[in-house]
Amino acid sequence: MPDTQLEHAQTLIKLGQPEQDEWALSRVEEALPKQRPVIVPLALWQANAEDPQLAPWLASDTLLDDELAKALAKAPLVAIDFPAFTDGRGYSLARLLRERYGYQAEVRAIGDVLVDQLYYMSRCGFDALALRDDQHLDDALRALGAFSVSYQPGVDVQEALFERRLREANGA
Amino acid sequence: MYRYDTYDQTLVDERVAQFRDQMARHLAGRLPEEEFRPLRLQNGLYIQKHAPMLRIAIPYGMLSSTQLRALGDITRRYDRGYGHFTTRQNLQLNWPALEDVPEILADLAKVQMHAIQTSGNCIRNTTSDQFAGIASDEVEDPRPWCELIRQWSTLHPEFAFLPRKFKIAVSGAAEDRAAIQVHDIGLRLWHDSDGSLKVKVLAGGGLGRTPMIGDVVREDLPWQHLLTYLEACVRVYNQFGRRDNKFKARIKILVKALGIEEFRRRVDAEWAHLKDGPQTLNQAAVDSARAHFVEPERRAVSEQDIAAFEALRGENRAFARFVTNNVTDHKVPGYKAVTLSLKRREHAPGDVTADHMDAVADLAERYSFGELRVTHEQNLVLSDVPVDQLEALWQELEALGMANPTVGTLNDIICCPGGDYCGLANAVSIPIAQALQERFEDLDFLYDLGPLDLNISGCMNACGHHHVGHIGILGVDKKGEEYYQISIGGNATDDASLGKILGPSFYREDVPEVIDKVLKVYVEQRHDDERFLDTYRRIGLKPFKERVYA
Repeated sequence: MPDTQLEHAQTLIKLGQPEQDEWALSRVEEALPKQRPVIVPLALWQANAEDPQLAPWLASDTLLDDELAKALAKAPLVAIDFPAFTDGRGYSLARLLRERYGYQAEVRAIGDVLVDQLYYMSRCGFDALALRDDQHLDDALRALGAFSVSYQPGVDVQEALFERRLREANGA
Repeated sequence: MYRYDTYDQTLVDERVAQFRDQMARHLAGRLPEEEFRPLRLQNGLYIQKHAPMLRIAIPYGMLSSTQLRALGDITRRYDRGYGHFTTRQNLQLNWPALEDVPEILADLAKVQMHAIQTSGNCIRNTTSDQFAGIASDEVEDPRPWCELIRQWSTLHPEFAFLPRKFKIAVSGAAEDRAAIQVHDIGLRLWHDSDGSLKVKVLAGGGLGRTPMIGDVVREDLPWQHLLTYLEACVRVYNQFGRRDNKFKARIKILVKALGIEEFRRRVDAEWAHLKDGPQTLNQAAVDSARAHFVEPERRAVSEQDIAAFEALRGENRAFARFVTNNVTDHKVPGYKAVTLSLKRREHAPGDVTADHMDAVADLAERYSFGELRVTHEQNLVLSDVPVDQLEALWQELEALGMANPTVGTLNDIICCPGGDYCGLANAVSIPIAQALQERFEDLDFLYDLGPLDLNISGCMNACGHHHVGHIGILGVDKKGEEYYQISIGGNATDDASLGKILGPSFYREDVPEVIDKVLKVYVEQRHDDERFLDTYRRIGLKPFKERVYA
């Protein structure tokens, strides 16, 4: 396939900071692009998983079971696609990948990744955020820091607020 | 009631700042309407027919007098001096200006209020029993549990973009006053034979376009696991609920499609991983939630005062009517809960002016420890009134027009804002309610009819809960004209049922006459003290149909 169909995120936020992105993204199911490193559809990655310069992206309706999680453990990064920012399945996928399957390397949000969803994404275990091209970096960084406190545990804070309150009330 | 600590306050303050930023970007053209829309909805802001509408959360219906005064003040400064209490125990402003909304939210935050998740495809305000904590049939006060759920669901990072809205209701009493069977998740708190607290979990109930009664997912969940189990339920819904068709996106469609066994299997499979995780509740956490809902320091009411109250009830017919209909027994002898009727002919059902909000706040302070509840029937409740003060309170309520002795009768109509305000409505609903209240205002007639829920929705989104009214009225649009479909036999309480449609719909002006015919069939056919609902269940739809379409 012609590499002209590859996507490159103009703005990538990694661990809360803008970062130069090395990875290209291909949404073409049929053939591997030439460029490396590149993120490709899951099936294509599974067929070529021995290539360390390839990483998979998961569609939002991916069924993440034990078998798939075991395969993904070898991936240098896992991207999760947001076909529309209103599709909330990616949040559950990221939490499963992190919390249930203990995936340690980069989990990247791709697709319709907008400023106002970044905070929730970061709480669910996305440590890399490939912003949609029209989004502003300064807005994004501000939105990421919108809250200093949360009620629920997440991938970021593992203690529920009710536990923290009890701990603090007990002088711990 | 629940009081914020610095964490709660920080969170709502930061939410206001976040929304201010979003609004500024929107007004500056950096955040287009289709991307701003879910954000504003999750802050309660709709763009309506005539103006924006702001829905303010009243968590499980609990309101302090200070908060009510602040709400009155907000309606004066930013709106037209009145607000509308909804069937989800919230308050709506009908005329705020878009650009004022961040300021309104900031003012709300000053009195520990917000509009978080009062709309949008997320977990909404949890609702409960308006007599929580004081009902004599209560097993467990649901309010601490509602508060734990409120905190768990507020800005839940995984569940901000569910397939559709998600509503949870909690009941802890023998009688279900929270309509738990018609919620996405309904929870019933109960004690097993050892006295340990369990939670019955229902899923897949709901009204709207496809009304359904919820199925039992789990009969006896130990309380420690409430939040992890809810998380499992919502995660299954988030992953498998339909997203291709918004009319088929509620959890009820998923539960129906999978079947309750398969739904339960998936929830249990998910829960197996979450169980005993960091959101598992412990005694200290529950005790600390309960500490916000302590018994007020009620003074003793003497036997003589109780006897004097009963004597007055025997002598004064108007007072007796008020007590019979608008006053509810309390678990503490000498105390009563008083329902303030917001069904007044000169106002839309559930509407209260700012001046009346102030007046009611004063009454709450003088008669009921400064607290109020909002009911899903769109009334207000003062929950702790000593009987020796009932007469004085009654007279003050008379002066406000809130003593209509018609709570629970045909006149106590549940009604959505309808086509007069709402952008979704197919037809008006308030004028229908007013026409019916005018036609059926004779108290003896209303009392003779007995308990009768008449619910009106202006469209099939069913904000007026028409499916579960003993009589339900639904506004429909046919080629640009407003018609009304009438159903009977619905019920929202323990033996919940959905109403059946009588037949072809009616012109607006014919609705009172049709209701009159339905009532006549009941009066002619009922046995002794049989309720409308029971007569209908015995004789079925046919006699009603025959009379109405004769």
